[in-house]
Amino acid sequence: MTTSRSVTLLDYGMCNMLNVARAFERAGADLKVTEDPRDAATAERLVVPGVGAFGDSMIEVTRRGHGDAIRAFAETGRPLLGICVGMQILFEGSEEFGDSPGLGVIAGRVMAVPPRTTAGISQRVPHIGWNELLLPPSRNTWDGTMMQSQASGPPAVYFVHSFVPHPTDPTDRLADFDYGGHRLCAAIKRDNITATQFHPERSGEVGLALLASFVGS
Amino acid sequence: MTLKTRLIPCLDVMGGRVVKGVNFVDLRDAGDPVEAAMAYDAAGADELTFLDITASHEGRDTIFDVVARTAEHCFMPVTVGGGVRTIEDIRKLLLAGADKVAINSAAVNDPDFIARAADKFGNQCIVVSVDAKQRLSERVGGDNRSEWEIFTHGGRKPSGLDAVEFAARMVERGAGELLVTSMDRDGTKSGFDLKLTRAIADEVEVPVIASGGVGSLQDLVDGVVEGHASAVLAASIFHFGTFTIPQAKQYLRDHGVAVRMD
Repeated sequence: MTTSRSVTLLDYGMCNMLNVARAFERAGADLKVTEDPRDAATAERLVVPGVGAFGDSMIEVTRRGHGDAIRAFAETGRPLLGICVGMQILFEGSEEFGDSPGLGVIAGRVMAVPPRTTAGISQRVPHIGWNELLLPPSRNTWDGTMMQSQASGPPAVYFVHSFVPHPTDPTDRLADFDYGGHRLCAAIKRDNITATQFHPERSGEVGLALLASFVGS
Repeated sequence: MTLKTRLIPCLDVMGGRVVKGVNFVDLRDAGDPVEAAMAYDAAGADELTFLDITASHEGRDTIFDVVARTAEHCFMPVTVGGGVRTIEDIRKLLLAGADKVAINSAAVNDPDFIARAADKFGNQCIVVSVDAKQRLSERVGGDNRSEWEIFTHGGRKPSGLDAVEFAARMVERGAGELLVTSMDRDGTKSGFDLKLTRAIADEVEVPVIASGGVGSLQDLVDGVVEGHASAVLAASIFHFGTFTIPQAKQYLRDHGVAVRMD
């Protein structure tokens, strides 16, 4: 626990930093947006946002030297938050556009959102809109996590994606969502690493509370 | 335990003001777009759509300003359409704070534009506006055409394209969502064109937003239940205070449609 509210947002040119930045500022962060991977080394909390395609994002992350910076930061034990594609690239790889390798910080792969329900009926992809966060079977509680403020009820948050990560270790799952009977991963937490497939910066008061909780961690 | 149906107020913006017309003409002033956006955000709207309805003719800088100012206050998804013609237009809108862009004329004129845009920004942020109008009876039928034709330029220009075929082709090219507007119904308060909405929603596997014609809360329910839409968009009923967002959500929920209630 520190009293600092310093958050470093890593910009790798692939998404609208501004919305994430504004949301963190609203959530009380003392924010620094940087394109320089060296800033990650001194960051107190690091945020890796992202939107768009996994492959393109990894190319940019690697080209700019952010991949090593994110891996090194993950080892420090200081709080790391990945959002959407910024979550996906933490995994070992994605089946999007062939087979792209990820950073391998979290064990597991990113796969397509199932185009059919568990009953075999076709369902719409991308998965766009507000869906409820569920406590994964591997967890009894959200206490002590970024989700703590949401313990009172199932919050709905905003998703917009066609791919979703599948963590190898079920205890890495922080929150699930249900799409057509499939229980899919909405958020992960492993030690100091938290990441969300949904967009807290677009999820209204619920999302801002989650970000405030990260800022206070 | 499921994906919620989205309720989307639509702000038609012209010269920095919200306006609303009947059948795409006869416009009435409905206030400041940023104030309206903030009010809808506070009321629990699930998403917001700005349509820059004069973008085909006039300068576009006002919409960037509206989007940027909205993004300072609203932490909700925002879609912006109207006059989006180039990759640079999309980039500028996303940088201003839009989450998705809706593309109409440019998609009709150059379907490959949708493919390029989806490649560049991901299909989740590319919405294609399907502005459709019922064909005159003598032009219906034959060669497997549906009853609807695509129009561009704010509904003034017929394209000769079949609406259902066009919708399917746009999804193939990478559209992540379709905004289906009945131009016959737009602003008339006589309800969505449910046959049109359903014909397209059943043809594609991306989400479809029903638009054009909402006059009652039952129209919203019908768009989902009969039209198979994933989201329902309305303008006049909210702008002119006929109904509030919470009233609409309560009605949807009471009629078996899963919505977000915070």
